[in-house]
Amino acid sequence: MSQTITVTVNGTAHTAEVEQRQLLVHFLRETLNLTGTHVGCDTSTCGCCTVHLNGEAILSCSLLAVQADGCAVRTVEGLQQDGVLHPIQQAFHENHGLQCGFCTPGMMMAALGVIEQHPDASDEEVREALEGNLCRCTGYQNIVAAVRSAADEMARS
Amino acid sequence: MIPSALSYTKAGTLDEALAAVAAGARPLAGGQSLVPMMRLRLAAPEGLVDLGGLAELVGICEDGDELAVGAMTTHRSVAADPQILASCHVVAQAASGVGSLVIRNRGTIGGSLGHADPHADLPAALLAAGGAVIVRSSRGERRIEADDLVTSYLTTSLASDELITQVRLPKGAARSAYAKFHRRAIDWSIVGVGVTIGSAGTRVAVTGVGDRPLRATGFEDVINAGGSLDEAVAQAGTGMSPLDDLDGSAEYKLHLVGVLARQAYTEASGR
Amino acid sequence: MATVERVTSGGIGDSVLRKEDRKFVTGEGRYVDDLKLPGMLHGAFVRSSFGHARIVSIDASAALAMPGVHAVLTHATLPVVTGVLSASNPGGDVRHPEQAVLAKEFARYVGEPVAMVIADDRYLASDAVNAVHVEYEPLPVVVDAEQALAPGAPLVHAEYDSNLCKTLESITDGFDAALAKAPRKVTLRVHNQRVTPMPMETRGCIGDWSNSTGEVTLYTSTQVAHFVRTFISIVCGTSEAKVRVVTPDVGGGFGAKLNTYREEFAVCAASKVVGRPVKWIEDRTENAVATIHGRDQTQYYEAGVAENGRILALKLDAIQNNGAYNQLLTPSISHLTLFMVPGCYDIQDVSITIRQAFTNTTPTDAYRGAGRPEATHGIERLLDAIADELGLDPVEVRRTNFITEFPYASATGLSYDSGDYAATMDVALGHADYAGFEARRAESKQNGRYRGIGLSTYVEVCGLAPSAVTAALGIGAPGWEHSTVRLHPTGKATVITGTSPHGQGHATSWSQIAQTELGIPFEDVEVIHGDTAFQPYGLGTYGSRSLAVGGIALYRSLGKVREKARELAAHLLECSVDDLEWTGTSWQVKGSPDRAKTIQELAYAGWTAATLPEGIEPVLEATTFHDPPNFTFPFGTHICEVEIDPTTGRIEILQYTAVDDCGNVINPMIVDGQVHGGIIQGLGQALFEETVYADDGQMRTPTLVEYLVPSAADVPPMSLHRTTTPSPSNPLGVKGIGEAGTIAASAAIVNAAVDALSVLGIRHIEMPMQPARIWKLIEEAKS
Repeated sequence: MSQTITVTVNGTAHTAEVEQRQLLVHFLRETLNLTGTHVGCDTSTCGCCTVHLNGEAILSCSLLAVQADGCAVRTVEGLQQDGVLHPIQQAFHENHGLQCGFCTPGMMMAALGVIEQHPDASDEEVREALEGNLCRCTGYQNIVAAVRSAADEMARS
Repeated sequence: MIPSALSYTKAGTLDEALAAVAAGARPLAGGQSLVPMMRLRLAAPEGLVDLGGLAELVGICEDGDELAVGAMTTHRSVAADPQILASCHVVAQAASGVGSLVIRNRGTIGGSLGHADPHADLPAALLAAGGAVIVRSSRGERRIEADDLVTSYLTTSLASDELITQVRLPKGAARSAYAKFHRRAIDWSIVGVGVTIGSAGTRVAVTGVGDRPLRATGFEDVINAGGSLDEAVAQAGTGMSPLDDLDGSAEYKLHLVGVLARQAYTEASGR
Repeated sequence: MATVERVTSGGIGDSVLRKEDRKFVTGEGRYVDDLKLPGMLHGAFVRSSFGHARIVSIDASAALAMPGVHAVLTHATLPVVTGVLSASNPGGDVRHPEQAVLAKEFARYVGEPVAMVIADDRYLASDAVNAVHVEYEPLPVVVDAEQALAPGAPLVHAEYDSNLCKTLESITDGFDAALAKAPRKVTLRVHNQRVTPMPMETRGCIGDWSNSTGEVTLYTSTQVAHFVRTFISIVCGTSEAKVRVVTPDVGGGFGAKLNTYREEFAVCAASKVVGRPVKWIEDRTENAVATIHGRDQTQYYEAGVAENGRILALKLDAIQNNGAYNQLLTPSISHLTLFMVPGCYDIQDVSITIRQAFTNTTPTDAYRGAGRPEATHGIERLLDAIADELGLDPVEVRRTNFITEFPYASATGLSYDSGDYAATMDVALGHADYAGFEARRAESKQNGRYRGIGLSTYVEVCGLAPSAVTAALGIGAPGWEHSTVRLHPTGKATVITGTSPHGQGHATSWSQIAQTELGIPFEDVEVIHGDTAFQPYGLGTYGSRSLAVGGIALYRSLGKVREKARELAAHLLECSVDDLEWTGTSWQVKGSPDRAKTIQELAYAGWTAATLPEGIEPVLEATTFHDPPNFTFPFGTHICEVEIDPTTGRIEILQYTAVDDCGNVINPMIVDGQVHGGIIQGLGQALFEETVYADDGQMRTPTLVEYLVPSAADVPPMSLHRTTTPSPSNPLGVKGIGEAGTIAASAAIVNAAVDALSVLGIRHIEMPMQPARIWKLIEEAKS
């Protein structure tokens, strides 16, 4: 079964006919060619596919695209404004919070959700809050530093 | 992995949702358990009815000596709600530990209770609190007490045309707590124990030790008869038969029931 | 440690922020699943659901009848000319069972590909896989390597008389006498459990075969593009010159992508059949069975020891589980174990026997450390067992046995390049406050908890590998690496490297080397890798070799360009080359800064070729194929402090201190990142991860729900430090760091846990040290 949906992604409304079983992550990647959002597992465990739906961090692999009809989605491609990196992007870069880069978009989108809910989170609280995002390269130490640094920067601005 | 082909409708009203469920559609709440199961093709519903548009199923309000929680209220909202934190702490605490932050943003209390995973925390927390659910069908509405809700593995006592619309939390469950043990932070509980010290006595419920959440009657009986905590802990696993699996042996899980019951009881006593 | 200030540009030794990062943080990384080719179809595999079975029949009619399904291929219809190849001792004393690209008559592990479906998109392909009906006749299964080598075990390959793949042996002449003479004997059994590399990006590839030209392009997530090209040409029966392998961004490898896989051959052959590009992207559940596993070695140690803890003789009998087939390097992995069995200790009499077994499981191969973690974990556990048996401090037992003179000829035939093991250990003991530990232990005891501290003093063999050594080991592949340095007329540089980074930041580090050695600013250097169309033959990234071999190849090309520039400068400045000095950015007449040519001016002059010295060709460009004269031997000491809650068995890591010595460092920030990630992978094996098979061959850990990759919430912060002992084997004095953390960590953590529980008489714990296991050990010890 197919259905026409309209989803506003990074500020732009997109209307497309999709199969009803299509996952939001595949709508973003295959239909809209926004390939920054990745798929890392089949079980909602890894967090690589994290995007924001109406302002909240969610897993785009655990949502059907049709469920996002009429919603606003923000992906990693929507972080940068006019060529200037978002503080979370800048912080991941400056703290060497990424190596292979595959988990990074989901990690940053989840981190923004953490900062929104816990702007003053300690190292330990950041670690707890990022439990749903796996990284196999960094050992997380620099990711935690990046999230703390971005939270400080965002609080200042 | 990819879900099987399906037919999806989004309910505009509760009546539409009930009609779809009565016609065989599977209700889709937050989808945090169902969609992954569909991807693994452990579930392959031909029809789905999305409850995501039903605003009347979202929200928390007082109703007499209970809190009425809309079934589509997210774990995030339940965990942070001042009324639930104050008067039915065990449920808020359990909700705060479900999955990860991104899952709590989508997952719902009604969805978790209806899914009835034998390792889920909320069914045990509701059982410990002595709460209930309100279920609706085109035939009407009825109340199911937590003790009667989950009947076996992924199975509830709801009829095939019924939907959970509301969760009822007793306001007298302030002195309560939930303690769980898992290997990684994000994992399902190996064992989780909810304790409520109420005016009518102490209720203790356990997840992970059977095909459904179980009352720890051994513990309850000792405590409610005025016995010591040590004696109660020694009886905590009475009547439970967990399975040996990769999380640990049955013996270990029974031991954890006692450890966690002690922890939750002590925490609840201090509230 | 005191962080070196991070900078946006720099040379050797600077913590330069990575030039790779921007595309990844903006979502503009291009991994293989991000690529779309015109007309591209999607492949999916029907995989064996049995650990061992005869394939009776395959009925694809229902799948073929589905709209959007283009083909279902099986062994009989897939156009390949041979099976999967191994580079480990081809034609030598190793059994290499045939591994058909799609299973031929038998399936020998759960997940073995049996048929391939090609459809319009991945959703349809997924449906069609479920519509292919395969009839199996189940056969007896063996998953445990020791059981597989026992008499009467089911045969994984009926053409052999046993499940033995190969026996590795290294026994010194004096061993028997040395063991007999030793006053004390200490024995230990260690099982290094099977684990899964689990890069966050699974594998995936796109085959694009042109039936008009015979050219084939394979886009694949790999660490070894050139190996893949060579093997594609052989397996698919085409000219290597017609095969191009392109490596897009790679989302982690850890050895999982140091291989040539059935699916890579299958997508090329399938593309030939359908005449359109064919993409396959591995699901995570597929990754659990279709991509190589690591470790799975059982070890029986016996040490002959003097009363002071000096090891006089060391025996290891080990059994390695190879899985059902040999992948690219499967039989060679335990050879790396054999090399490193004595560790950083002066043990001249050894007896090492490693028997490799076939079982009905996914093949094992290189996983971060590749054979060396097995050696290090074993010897470091044994050192503690010796200390325990003799009532000595584990630190002193290590000090008593350390190798102190370099180069050191090991009993297993290696020449350790340089080291100062005691110095590194002392630095670590200081940072970890080893001296103050007993007070902390007492404090934990008061709170009802067991506290322990453990060391791992490791040495690893890196910089794989001198080609003469790989040849002597029978490996059908060399160990050199190439580089090309090309200066453009504008003075910008292109560096082409045979290394194949997947998170290691070579574009950054190689640019730093170019800035220091050739004076081209960091930001003016572009690094190209991973595309066989643009590169001479390269060997890729594995075995902590990239810097120690590929970096030296680059260093030498830079030197060649600099020397060519010198001749050009002498010609233009009308002086002798001997009159010139290198300033770091230009050649100048000694003592005359006004008579100089910058490297950029010389690049332009070389390109215009208006006037060149006699015998000098135009353009400043040079290529090097560097074959290392020796391995390198990074080392260090990791110290872990844990506390154990006896009520749950949970181990909490209170402090993790690492002192690593990888020789000279190009980018300290990147080195620290490698150590962080490496330690957490070792920690994952120590505490969480295990790939588990049921006796019937079913995989019990098929998803990330059962296979426990740790999250940020599950791991501790780490305290990193370094000492610097340059390698004399290469001009940069570098050693390698990619695997060190993983090699070191597991033993430090297990030693700490055993130390914590030693008061109960516990002297060994197997991994993963999950709470249930610890609780049971404590309960048994108490009763």
